[in-house]
Amino acid sequence: MIYLDNSATTKVHPEVLNTFVAVNEKFWANPASIHTFGHQTNELLQSAREQIADILKTSNEKIFFTSGGTESNNLAIFGLAHKYKQRGKHVLISEIEHPSIIETAKKLSEIGFDVEWIPVNSEGIIILDTLEKLVRKDTILVSVMHVNNETGAIQPIEELSKIVRAQSRALIHMDAVQSFGKIPVDFKILDIDAITISSHKIHGLKGSGLLALKKFVEIEPILYGGGQESGIRSGTTSVPLAVATAKAIRLAVTDLQNNILKLQTLSDDLMVYLNTFPSVKVISPAKKAPHIVTFSVQKVKGEVMINALQEQDIIVSTSSACSSRQTKTSHVLKAMHISDDYIKGVLRVSLSTLNNQQEIDQFKIVFKRVMNVIKGD
Amino acid sequence: MTRIYLDHAATSPMAEEVIEVYTAEMKEVFGNPSSIHQTGRKARKKVDDARTILAKSIGAHETEITITSGGTEADNYAVFGTAYARKNEGKHIITTQIEHHAVLHACEQLEKDGFEVTYLPVDKNGLISINDLKNSLREDTILVSVMYANNEVGVIQPIVEIGELLKDHPAYFHTDAVQAYGSLSIDVITSHIDLLSVSSHKINGPKGIGFLYQRKGILLKPIFYGGQQERKKRAGTENVPAIVAFAKAVQLKQATFTNGNVEYNQLKQVFLSELERLKVPFQVNGSQESVLPHVLNISIPNTDVETFLVQLDLAGIDASSGSACTAGSIDPSHVLVAMYGESTPELRNSVRFSFGLNNTEEQVLEAANKISKIVL
Repeated sequence: MIYLDNSATTKVHPEVLNTFVAVNEKFWANPASIHTFGHQTNELLQSAREQIADILKTSNEKIFFTSGGTESNNLAIFGLAHKYKQRGKHVLISEIEHPSIIETAKKLSEIGFDVEWIPVNSEGIIILDTLEKLVRKDTILVSVMHVNNETGAIQPIEELSKIVRAQSRALIHMDAVQSFGKIPVDFKILDIDAITISSHKIHGLKGSGLLALKKFVEIEPILYGGGQESGIRSGTTSVPLAVATAKAIRLAVTDLQNNILKLQTLSDDLMVYLNTFPSVKVISPAKKAPHIVTFSVQKVKGEVMINALQEQDIIVSTSSACSSRQTKTSHVLKAMHISDDYIKGVLRVSLSTLNNQQEIDQFKIVFKRVMNVIKGD
Repeated sequence: MTRIYLDHAATSPMAEEVIEVYTAEMKEVFGNPSSIHQTGRKARKKVDDARTILAKSIGAHETEITITSGGTEADNYAVFGTAYARKNEGKHIITTQIEHHAVLHACEQLEKDGFEVTYLPVDKNGLISINDLKNSLREDTILVSVMYANNEVGVIQPIVEIGELLKDHPAYFHTDAVQAYGSLSIDVITSHIDLLSVSSHKINGPKGIGFLYQRKGILLKPIFYGGQQERKKRAGTENVPAIVAFAKAVQLKQATFTNGNVEYNQLKQVFLSELERLKVPFQVNGSQESVLPHVLNISIPNTDVETFLVQLDLAGIDASSGSACTAGSIDPSHVLVAMYGESTPELRNSVRFSFGLNNTEEQVLEAANKISKIVL
């Protein structure tokens, strides 16, 4: 099987798996317990936190382990909005965010926050001129993803933060679920306040992720109880998951430049090939993450292509896993005004460093065959 | 020195078979269940099968099980989810003074938001009175949340009677079964339970996974928004390996159900008799009739819990002052305060021992002997 759906989820890295199994075997105590066993387990949890804080360039106490990207995004949006609501009620969200941001923001507007949407251009990149007009003195939160999960488009976060900082005291949250480990991510280079990371998108384990805050940024919890994670995330912390997350994060940033080059080479090669088909339109913009290639086959349903490719043991997806079971059109593609001829035929190839050129070559052969049968191309 | 772990109510080791299943799933079935390709569908099937096992374990249907990140999320979901879904029908909630903080702090949060919460007291045995509950019920009561069994003293609440009382009242009946599940036989139908929380890591399953049972027809406001997973009730990519491993832990519990109960209760009795034989002065906190087989909370006169736990720790015994969540703080246990009042010695000299997987009779005898050396 050639798995080219790494934006949906990834295979667990053997080293991450080993870490998980080893920690689970030896340090399975409740880190809140006060016996030595609990303390030792807690120390391990703290060192996982430290390692991540070092990589993201923030302080240890600002790393909050969660059940994954969705929870981290919900925590960021609800938690920051509620913490800073005395400053204002205005929140800005891009139109192309993941549903875990969009649905949460809609919920905010139901309870009295003033939510406005930042539009994107035809490349799926936020329009900075419009953003400049939207930011107000009472804007308290701006949330824009780093890399879009459906198109791979890299958002201009550094420019965004300059605009936001110049005009407001708003906090900036960035969903880095698709960007972490694919392009450089840290608080210093991007000048932002909150970052979401999910483990299972970077060869870590499902059911784990984190929200990281910049020093001095505060937040309200969304889960209440035992007061774990400095009161911000109640519930027994799974130390094996936290340590495995730290491991996945370390692996993701080790050799990042080489990995970027490798992914870039593979995806460039694929794009060049796809562009040779007259009925194929590449949707990913030039400024995109190296691991995602989104394209569309004119007047052919995405599902048809997926099934045809799958019969030849190649796994790709329509624009996102979360939306692939729904019949409605992707909100991202709609925001980009993709034409009717193409919007239903969108396919996403998403790579990981575990993929290689041979697999891409095999994809090309199979794709050509499938196109022949379906389109007569 | 091999340590003696008597803190299974805080968290429990994963069973070997569970680790095997978990590891195998992480290696092999890594798809996203929402993906429509085969890899995704294979993962979906795994989740569906696991859900059926979870549902059957409490007499529910698989569509009534929402998988969560654990007991805390399940409790928060039940409390917040009911409150915000039903706030137009009423704003009154009844719970008890001895709930886990995942319920108590959620209720306190709701009070800030205009809800009215009645916290039922308990008697010296740690039991609520059905009469108190009856008298507290109002037309606008939308939720009654009473834990199945308490995590600190192990006392089992009269769940069947509560269910009976509430079956003709519009209030939803939620019970936090985190500590009871796996030790007691639970049937949501005959007990008239509407909502029930379960956590995996207390029954030798992985941490970071649990579920909330929601009786068919009950519509809660979600607490996580996003993708349409879990029938739109709980957004977030399903934690497939943990779900499958959780189901495995449930199956193991079911296979050894009466066995495990008898076994852990036997350990508790051996431990108690040995303490008596060694003439260690102690008193059991909470009912001794209506109590979980694996939980024991005792008060030992003239000891101080903080010091005593350190001594136990040095002697190689892992125990706890009540719950792991409150263990970090020196605040007296809210459960013991509810049972005994604000200023009794029990608040300062009570320790919880909880028995489970891999504990042996030799271990509990050794523990009792070490305790007698510390105390006497």
